[in-house]
Amino acid sequence: MRDVYMVAGGVSKFTKARTDKTFQAMVKEAFDYAMNDVPNLTIDQIDGSVASYFSDHFQRQLMAGIMVHDYLGLCPKESKRVEGGGATGGLCFQTAWAEVASGRQDVCVAYGFETMSHVNTWKGNEFIALASDTNYDYPVGGFYTGYYAMMVVRHMYEFGTTREQLAMVSVKNYHNAFYNPYAQKRQKITIEDVLNAPMVAYPLGMLDICVMSDGAAVCILADEKMAAKLTNKPVRIASVGCGTDAMRMADRPHGEVILLPHESPDDYKGLKYPGVHSFRAGRMGAKLAYERGGINNPLEELDFVELHDAYTSSELQTYEDLGLCKYGEGGQFIESGKPNLDGICPVNPSGGLLACGHPVGATGLMQAVFAFWQLQETIGKHFGNDTLQIHNAKRGLIHSHAGTGTYVTVSILEKAF
Amino acid sequence: MEKKKIKLPETEEGTVVFNVPLPEDLSQLKKMSPIIIKWPYHIDYIHSYGQDSPFFAGLANKKLLGTKCPKCGYKYATPKFHCTHCGSECDWFELPLEGRIHTWTTCYYGSQEFLKETPFNLMLAEFEGVDTLLLARLVGVSQDEIRIGMKVKAKFRRNSQFKPTDVYFVPAE
Repeated sequence: MRDVYMVAGGVSKFTKARTDKTFQAMVKEAFDYAMNDVPNLTIDQIDGSVASYFSDHFQRQLMAGIMVHDYLGLCPKESKRVEGGGATGGLCFQTAWAEVASGRQDVCVAYGFETMSHVNTWKGNEFIALASDTNYDYPVGGFYTGYYAMMVVRHMYEFGTTREQLAMVSVKNYHNAFYNPYAQKRQKITIEDVLNAPMVAYPLGMLDICVMSDGAAVCILADEKMAAKLTNKPVRIASVGCGTDAMRMADRPHGEVILLPHESPDDYKGLKYPGVHSFRAGRMGAKLAYERGGINNPLEELDFVELHDAYTSSELQTYEDLGLCKYGEGGQFIESGKPNLDGICPVNPSGGLLACGHPVGATGLMQAVFAFWQLQETIGKHFGNDTLQIHNAKRGLIHSHAGTGTYVTVSILEKAF
Repeated sequence: MEKKKIKLPETEEGTVVFNVPLPEDLSQLKKMSPIIIKWPYHIDYIHSYGQDSPFFAGLANKKLLGTKCPKCGYKYATPKFHCTHCGSECDWFELPLEGRIHTWTTCYYGSQEFLKETPFNLMLAEFEGVDTLLLARLVGVSQDEIRIGMKVKAKFRRNSQFKPTDVYFVPAE
């Protein structure tokens, strides 16, 4: 396999409703931004694309991917769509990586979007809940916040996690997003605001949950030769990993923890894993990415993480899956300040999904773009202020997550200049 | 924190409009506001429960059916007709009608289809000697009374709707 580099990225401003543009024009906005960042790249040097959008229901347009590919002027080059719920963006990024790594393409465009404003929030929740077993689960009261609430209720029972610890995640991410002009929610909030927000599904309130968004994101990936021609600040995709789990939470096993290199079986005596309190898919994705990228101690070797915080609870659970702390210690990890902007390993320095928004197909690619700018040290240029720039960041992790933890992708990006 | 905005709730009602003004100067068009229309959509699916059908027949007859693998012995509270672990075809068996709460939540909002039923409780039930769980509604108990490990018993609708909500759980203690 060949080394693959990210050479440019673009993100549309995530917002509740982009009524001024259709999905094609919204992606074009992000695409043009990325193309402007690599002026030596011409359309004829692009070999193909991969499309990312989650639900056909929001747009009610089948084959929307080809309409974007056409709108970007990429016909008749090769293209395909990938889909895997909330992880669609991460899967798209990894598919574009595979196109280049395999030698099939030298320059590949990964683009993603979602137009969630086309239905009201509660209909949108219905569409999302169709990503649960429609024989056994959806008809019982299909609602993703309800599913995540059940998972964190069990996490609280197993490990003593508190609502205050969950609230700290939201406060951190909103704080970061305040300095990110691409973020949908830019307001500073307190622990009390989170705890006093209207309850959605116990223990998750309105400020524990990401919002519906319209938005698009684009990543341009290239092989070593093209990357050298296009940019003097390339970022290498050091490794990729992906894990899976059963659609139905009820089916999750209660077995042994999948161990990372810095863990031992003694750490988890008596813990039934993953149950519904942990994401086995996230752990598997991390294990593969770490093995393939030569990472032995993620907390020490990663300079920052952009992870899929659709809920405050899932960020806290993901600290554990990624091995930033041991299983059960997610609550203490947020309390320690380690994932803060000035901590040992900032998590979601962009503001994450909670505050940036979650236009599903765009989200995993948005994370890649923000990570790319961090590693290029160009946050100041793209955000108009460098508050969120992590200085001397050499290696970052992006994490994209579907369903109740069904597909999870983990990709490691490294500064290559 | 943003101050609470005072505003009327948005609705999806609207007015039928058959025409809009257009400026004579076409260069003005790029500044035009988007036209947003209502586009209804309704479908009746002809949905087969397929190999899961006996579960629903069981509910109609006040029986809770799970499956078990004849080869490796794994027992599924939410039926799976082929075993995840060894691929064998499973057999049906009757689950006990009493179990315990493995985890739970109270939903104060929900998807549009279930919004009118809020607040409602969801739970995952665990059964003695069964390897997987079952998602169901928990009825007759409020958020502050629910505990993990609480004993619950299954109840069935008299008039079956052939939905997994034909069974629901109530406190057994």
